[in-house]
Amino acid sequence: MSLVRSSLAEPSLTVSEPITMVPEDDHHARLVDVTRVFTPRGRPSVHALGPVDLDLRRGEFFSVVGPSGCGKSTLLDVLAGLSAPTEGRAEFEGQPIKGVPPGVGVVFQEDASFPWLTVRDNVAFGLKRTEVDAAEVKRRVDYAIGFMGLKSFADAYPAQLSGGMRQRVCIARTLVMQPRLILLDEPFGALDQQTRLLMGDELLRLWRETGATVLLITHALDEAAMLSDRVGVMSARPGLFIDILDTGWPDERDSRIVSHPRFGELTARLWDRLREESLKHLNND
Amino acid sequence: MTREGIIRLAVVVVAVAALEAACRLGAISPTVLIAPSAMVDSLWDILVAGTHTEDIFVSFVDVLASTAIAVVLGFLVGVVIHAWPALRAAVEPLLASYYAVPTFMFYPVFIILFGVGSGAIVAIAVLLAIVSMISATLTGLDRIPPVLGKTARILRLGPVERALKISLPAALPHLFTGVKLSVAYAFIGVIASEFILSGAGVGYAIAYAYNNFENRTMYGLMLLIVVAVTVVNTLLDTIDRRLQARLRR
Repeated sequence: MSLVRSSLAEPSLTVSEPITMVPEDDHHARLVDVTRVFTPRGRPSVHALGPVDLDLRRGEFFSVVGPSGCGKSTLLDVLAGLSAPTEGRAEFEGQPIKGVPPGVGVVFQEDASFPWLTVRDNVAFGLKRTEVDAAEVKRRVDYAIGFMGLKSFADAYPAQLSGGMRQRVCIARTLVMQPRLILLDEPFGALDQQTRLLMGDELLRLWRETGATVLLITHALDEAAMLSDRVGVMSARPGLFIDILDTGWPDERDSRIVSHPRFGELTARLWDRLREESLKHLNND
Repeated sequence: MTREGIIRLAVVVVAVAALEAACRLGAISPTVLIAPSAMVDSLWDILVAGTHTEDIFVSFVDVLASTAIAVVLGFLVGVVIHAWPALRAAVEPLLASYYAVPTFMFYPVFIILFGVGSGAIVAIAVLLAIVSMISATLTGLDRIPPVLGKTARILRLGPVERALKISLPAALPHLFTGVKLSVAYAFIGVIASEFILSGAGVGYAIAYAYNNFENRTMYGLMLLIVVAVTVVNTLLDTIDRRLQARLRR
């Protein structure tokens, strides 16, 4: 991990510098003046996002919070190459994003496990299609299954698992591909609070282990405050970044930091920035 | 066996026992209905003597052919309709009211087109079965969760690989329901058509036995159809339930 973070005892709670000032070497993924407008046939167009600028630093954990419908998932789709920007440009590792770039993994909120495959086959699905040899596939799959605590369920089908475990299967399927950029679209949205906290721990473990850059879209301010190096706060639609908070947490953190006084301050700060935007969204509804 | 299974079996056993008793005690005349045990005897004799082996073979081949044609054609038509929303909007009301049309009334048309025999019988059975397969294909393709399509894109699957490795297995439980219904409709179509359109087959043999007052043979053949349909349906139902269980989320 190239970034130097301050200790848990002295977390910095300052708003980060403008994101355009990230050193050139640190750019991993980048949105420049990105706008996304949807024009459904026979209906008025919807300006969902932007223009936004975003620089994801190599190896950082960045979360995005914002009111419902503010374009968070659209932003993720643009970075994943699932949706092309209407204006502006998106880059990953210095290359323009056209289609899904190699090295990008996505975990969605919805259960994306394949119900007709066992856990092991689900996890191995993407890897088997690559040129990785069978022994390496087995090694990586075994590791990912073990890492996500699915060892006893390797031969089970998704229907036999809880929602949280199915989401772990999807994360393991992403993990075996060894992505350099992991995009998570509210992956724990359907889970209860306790499971979410524990899944957050596993996510942090995965992030530290892989050294990948992580972008997490979430509704949960506590989740963003606990997991992230930086949190981007978006406005109501069309989504713009109104603030970027540097949490200052050390790399070696876990869900126990929720008892740290700074955690409450961070969450309060996020809500302070978000409250007005959420009210705008509510009134627009 | 489940509690429901035990109750189901008990209902069948009690009904058969009541029928057996009614026949044995003379409450039902043997010219109307023979005892279930006599039906089993008759069926056994038919199978051992091989008097109707060719009829049985003809019927089962026709059922198999009708099912295969209805499933393949129904699936392909379903895929085309699904891929073309304007066509779907136009034909969906027709599909919904399709089973209101008594298909058998078209039998003279099929005799003109295919002559008396298997051709016309299979055509009627396919006509009867195909729409259930088209509807099942549409349902199956509709119910593929959009997130699986996104996952296919993230994993950089091409269109053919996506269709074979994601769409087809995801839609399979619904497609199999279509196969199950197609088999049932194929049995109905073939056996019923043989009464009017054939010089061979179990349906024809039942009609022949009826016309010649051969009650024992007639009921033996009827039992054969009931047993065959029950066994096939139970087998398909078991597979169907396993596939549906995998869909539960």
